[in-house]
Amino acid sequence: MDHIFYTLHDFMTHTESVTYLLVIATLVGMTLVWCFLTGKDED
Amino acid sequence: MGWVGAVGLSTTFVKSGAAATTKHFTGYPNSFAILHDITLCVGCRTCEAACNKVNELPQPDKPFTDLSVLETKRRTTTKAFTVVNKYDNSVPSETPIFYKKQCNHCLEPACASACFVRAFTKTKTGAVIYDSSVCVGCRYCMVACPFEIPTYEYDQALTPRIRKCTMCYPRVVEGQLPGCVEACPLEALSFGKRENIIKIARERIRKYPDRYVDHIYGEQEMGGTNWMYLSGVPFKDLGMREDLGITPAPQLTAGALSSVPIIVGLWPVLLAGLYGISKRKEKIAKTEQEQAVASALDKEKSATSQIEEKS
Amino acid sequence: MAQVTTAEQKSIFSLFNFIALIIVGIGLYLTYLRFAGGLAAVTNLSDYNPWGIWISFDLLCGVALAAGGYVTSSAVYLFGMKKYHSAVRPAILTGFLGYALVFLAINYDVGRPWRLPYPLIVQQGTTSVLFEVGLCVATYLTVLFVEFSPAAMEWLGLKRARNLVVKLTILLTIFGVVLSTMHQSSLGALFLIAPSKLHPLWYSPYIPVYFFITSVVAGLSMVIFESTLSHRFFAYKMDETHFKEADGVTLGFGKAASFVLAGYFAIKVMGISADNNWHYLKTGYGSWYLVELLGFVALPSLLYAIGVRVKSLTLIKWTSVLAVLGVILNRFNVCLIAFNWHLPSAERYFPHWMEIGISVFIVMIGLILYRFIVTRMPILYEHPDYKDAH
Repeated sequence: MDHIFYTLHDFMTHTESVTYLLVIATLVGMTLVWCFLTGKDED
Repeated sequence: MGWVGAVGLSTTFVKSGAAATTKHFTGYPNSFAILHDITLCVGCRTCEAACNKVNELPQPDKPFTDLSVLETKRRTTTKAFTVVNKYDNSVPSETPIFYKKQCNHCLEPACASACFVRAFTKTKTGAVIYDSSVCVGCRYCMVACPFEIPTYEYDQALTPRIRKCTMCYPRVVEGQLPGCVEACPLEALSFGKRENIIKIARERIRKYPDRYVDHIYGEQEMGGTNWMYLSGVPFKDLGMREDLGITPAPQLTAGALSSVPIIVGLWPVLLAGLYGISKRKEKIAKTEQEQAVASALDKEKSATSQIEEKS
Repeated sequence: MAQVTTAEQKSIFSLFNFIALIIVGIGLYLTYLRFAGGLAAVTNLSDYNPWGIWISFDLLCGVALAAGGYVTSSAVYLFGMKKYHSAVRPAILTGFLGYALVFLAINYDVGRPWRLPYPLIVQQGTTSVLFEVGLCVATYLTVLFVEFSPAAMEWLGLKRARNLVVKLTILLTIFGVVLSTMHQSSLGALFLIAPSKLHPLWYSPYIPVYFFITSVVAGLSMVIFESTLSHRFFAYKMDETHFKEADGVTLGFGKAASFVLAGYFAIKVMGISADNNWHYLKTGYGSWYLVELLGFVALPSLLYAIGVRVKSLTLIKWTSVLAVLGVILNRFNVCLIAFNWHLPSAERYFPHWMEIGISVFIVMIGLILYRFIVTRMPILYEHPDYKDAH
């Protein structure tokens, strides 16, 4: 990243923001993966 | 109770965390700081009056010239961003000690770390400022501040705000001094670049080792502050906590926050796995039961046919 | 156990209605005072004590005691323990109402409740544990609402919608456990930022784990406790399955709670060791800590175990009260009693009666809603059109 972080707070604000977006993506993604895996299961 | 076992896994992550890297943050270069030389303070309260004027705060019950208020220990309030308190000197013949308290404008403010709506900003001037236009009023910043500085307008029904010293940010960006620093008649307050302030403080300690305790309060406490103090008596005698440590506030919760992505990524795998296992066991149990029923029926059939044969 | 006759039912309920009316009346008046005069008009909160019982009880205890939802649904749907199935809907209902009431209480506590959506839509304080709590609790409240909705849809005859939602059960249950793990532990993590204010016996890097584990204990115990109360007051709404499974739920959940409490006891002790805090046990606060640890963790673990072994449902039921009180005590200790322990007593906090009044009002709303739903919707019985369909 080009931007310099002068404080731990600024650094964490950035990293945690990205992390939260990834968390949401993970929840959606894992759901899709699970649906795909169990799609053809016999009940 | 699979999750109980899995929690053990998370514990290892709880202790480390995002800030467990070897990254070191030095703060904004060229930020300003204030040095409060407690040995020079005479408790005149001129700084309090100046702060009140600059911030257009309401007039207090007793005027700033009334020094009787110093008989009780005061804390910051919604009407007083800074207070001077009086402490007895352990040497009876010596004059009492006075020290001025206000927001220390930490390098890594706990209030900023705690605020879930980013109402606090550590500016590059060094000042930690508050934006009341987004504040929800959760008061977690008040829980977080180790110096117990932020105050809240509990009596305001619709527009309650957090109140605290701003290091006169609007004045500082214009090249002026903070109100209290400018008003102090005795240079108990010095203003300058943080690096220089520390040098000045060190130099004072070096030149007058009998006058000062060999410690600059705020140089490292809570990761360092932009308001630092020199004292002639131990800081804890003035009610300043010496047990705060040097860990910056954001690091205190970094570990807990770092467990979030791990739980989100791995719990579903673990739980789906347990679900799969229990479904499989159910299926096996069902199949075994069906087989048992089928073989029991077979046995009965062959028994009845045997009886029929015989008769 | 004694079931209530119809005549007794009516008189109990009209007594309840009378008390409810008074409490709701007072509550509405206090609500007016709160918003006309600000927090100062109804609370004893101060600059040293920004958080009071609306946080320690309504938020911290409310969330912990509503944990039965994720605990029960995961036991039944993920771990396949079908014999607890009748306990799921009551637990989910309690969970949903519990979290809804937490949200209601937060609207009283924060200075500008209309700004509660701000962290989501205006500016994100992503370094804050409270941000995570808010996000998680809001999402989980939605999950609980969806998990509860089949009961309402069955009542309203919305067959297709209901069947669609039921298909999502496993997914919702997994989401529920994930979200619950996060926010139950994060409520404890809130206090990590204030090591200088929380007594060393309660402050530990393990607080998030402690809060999560005690939420499991609270969930298991509340299901037992509420089942006891439901059987006393709503037995006439229960179907045969419910009656058949009830004792099994009490025994099974009691057994689980005993074991979890034992594990919790162990990690609490090891937590003291990790920071070498043994010497604090000799102090006044140390004695209080031992009261919490021995009287409200070790003791219920033991009593649950005995109750399970000798199959005494009565003992298990009384122990569930002790265990629930233990979780409440722990939350109060972390938030109010061991917090600010360094301050002189003149600066310590005790709730204003009006704060207590509003908390009681909020609980009463919960009881009223619970009664409304349980007496009309298929919570304690299976709707005839959907029998065994889950």
